[in-house]
Amino acid sequence: MNTISKNDKALLMFVGIVAVLAPFLLNPFPADSAMAQFNAGYPDLMQRFAIFGILAIGFNILFGLTGYLSFGHAAFLGVGSYSAVWMLKLLTMNIIPALILSVIIAGLFSLLIGFISLRRSGIYFSILTLAFAQMSFSLAYSVLTPITNGETGLQLTLDDPRILDAANTTGNLPVTGLFGLEMRDTFTLDIGAWAFQFNIGYYVCAAFLLLAFYLSIRIFRSPFGLMLRAIKTNQTRLNYTGLNSRPYTLAAFVISGMYAGLAGGLMASMDPLAGAERMQWTASGEIVLMTILGGTGTLLGPVLGAGFIKYFENIFSKINESVLHGWFSLLPDGLENVIVWVLHFFVGKGWHLTLGLMFMLIVTFLPGGLMEGWTRIRNKIRGDKGGGASPSSDAATTPAE
Amino acid sequence: MDSLLLQILNGLDKGSAYALIALGLTLIFGTLGVVNFAHGALFMIGAFCAVTFSRILNISKVTLDPEKTNFLGKPLEIKTPYVVDWFGDATGSAIIDWAVPLAILFAIPVMLLIGYVMERGLIKHFYKRPHADQILVTFGLAIVVGELVKASYGANPIPTPAPDVFRGSYDFGVLMGMDPNAVIYPFWRLIYFGFSTVIIAAVFAFLQFTTFGMVVRAGMADRETVGLLGINIDKRFTFMFGIAAAVAGLAGVMYTPINSPDYNMGMNFLVLSFVVVVVGGMGSLPGAVLAGFMLGILESFASMNEVKAFFEALYLPSIDQIVIYLVAIIVLLVRPRGLMGRAGVMEE
Repeated sequence: MNTISKNDKALLMFVGIVAVLAPFLLNPFPADSAMAQFNAGYPDLMQRFAIFGILAIGFNILFGLTGYLSFGHAAFLGVGSYSAVWMLKLLTMNIIPALILSVIIAGLFSLLIGFISLRRSGIYFSILTLAFAQMSFSLAYSVLTPITNGETGLQLTLDDPRILDAANTTGNLPVTGLFGLEMRDTFTLDIGAWAFQFNIGYYVCAAFLLLAFYLSIRIFRSPFGLMLRAIKTNQTRLNYTGLNSRPYTLAAFVISGMYAGLAGGLMASMDPLAGAERMQWTASGEIVLMTILGGTGTLLGPVLGAGFIKYFENIFSKINESVLHGWFSLLPDGLENVIVWVLHFFVGKGWHLTLGLMFMLIVTFLPGGLMEGWTRIRNKIRGDKGGGASPSSDAATTPAE
Repeated sequence: MDSLLLQILNGLDKGSAYALIALGLTLIFGTLGVVNFAHGALFMIGAFCAVTFSRILNISKVTLDPEKTNFLGKPLEIKTPYVVDWFGDATGSAIIDWAVPLAILFAIPVMLLIGYVMERGLIKHFYKRPHADQILVTFGLAIVVGELVKASYGANPIPTPAPDVFRGSYDFGVLMGMDPNAVIYPFWRLIYFGFSTVIIAAVFAFLQFTTFGMVVRAGMADRETVGLLGINIDKRFTFMFGIAAAVAGLAGVMYTPINSPDYNMGMNFLVLSFVVVVVGGMGSLPGAVLAGFMLGILESFASMNEVKAFFEALYLPSIDQIVIYLVAIIVLLVRPRGLMGRAGVMEE
């Protein structure tokens, strides 16, 4: 029971090394060069990679293993954020209590929602979770304003009690920390033209990402994970053998809700505010897309998908028409204008259009996501035909066909 | 009594929209077995059909008036819509005034076409795929449509008024033998309710009293057997998809004077319509209509001041925003197949 297979260990090591070296790997272009806008190695974005990685890993435990498509996962993210900010307001700026509370609250919340939603399966389940998420959104947005601060969002203020912290005499808002380490502290290493940034907050997130990844490996390889897969494959048959599958699905739902709560708590720990828009259906859809883009039911896929989407969201949002004109300035004027006119729908504020199109293309042509694409390419290179589809143990699950 | 009546009336217009969208959803679901998350987008496209149509009507010919000058000293530009130019002043401005109702004529072919293209171009390829894929691809489509509309019409709601005649309110109370001014209700909402009952009746009549509808109903019951009898059921189902799209579109067209359309309106209605479908019973057309009206009315009752005060007295937050979801939860716990649904539809 206590062993972890060689392949999984290698995978975990790989993710660990990438996470530790991310400030280098994501910063390949010199700071002053024209390509610097494609760098991803700054703290804010790296933190988002790790946080959304956790979120997608958690979602994958539910969707990838049991096949239950939840359309309301953003609700748990939002609940986690709110509880973390409340902890930061009331108790201390140390993030540990905040994270613990956000995981617990999100767990309880998902227990409640899961208990009701899991009475139905298939599309009913998706619709129910979507309805619950919208309900949480409107609760947070208007009804529960005393708790959530409604439209403005929940923020830290100077006169929060913060019982455990010494009296705040500086007159500035305190910053989140971990036993004296400030989350926003960044050490910048200048090597030649490159500026590498090492951020404490990022490494905290990365540590949690690794923990989350390790736990997900253990769940995937456990008898419990096997049971979840059996539910996805054929729930009816499972029920006929006399097994009640609902405790298992509920457990998977709660676990993935707790992952989302952790992600929400981390989000609030890095930037202590929480708003209702985090719970909207677009946010839930984005989580689904991350998982599918990476590869549903695979270990590494969701992390890849989360990184991919967050990176391109960041890049695409930065590009505007003048940047596009700069790129295509070599072309004849008329052609340049046409190309820029077409492309400007997809960049900047049009990022969601790109996201939606990507969603459709991936679901239609590559339902197994990037991981399936990778397997296909690898098989092609090796010249395998058909039989080569028996993948090595890490990507062993059937893609969500 | 009068405030009760007012709340019922208030609920009817929203309920009508829910019922129409839920009807279309159920039609698609019952015929093709596809969960269409882009159905809210169709509702929104319908609303923007009205916007487009009124813009088309307002395309103007620019003439210069040499006698007058504007503040720059140039000849004053006079814009006359072509419609006014062609049909004369009275008829032309009447047509522009009636843009929203007339947009129905514009929207029907457009929506049928969009429905047809959507079914043949995209949904067709997803019949054999799991429901999760159908949900995901239509969800992606809804995002794409929403963003395209945002890119071409802007993110702000576009006010689209009803014809002048219907802009006022109607003293509904007098009709029921109450004092004047007891129940005053906007004209257009009454019209919306009437319009939706006509559409719903037409859809049911079409299914019930025509041969085409009979075949479609047979196909809903047992697709394979109908196919074995030599009937091209796929073709008819495609047409039904077009009809469902048109129903959603017409609901959107007529809704524009009530709520100025923006690119997000589809999704807000879609989530509630799904809840309506689940409450009414998946696959049951009368269930969808009934649940739509009921939930609309319930929502408006929950927003009554008396109800809010009651909840406040119990130290509970008001529930008008979430009452539909609460009802859905209770229905699913007590009667999982919905009000009028059959057990086990689309369960796996």
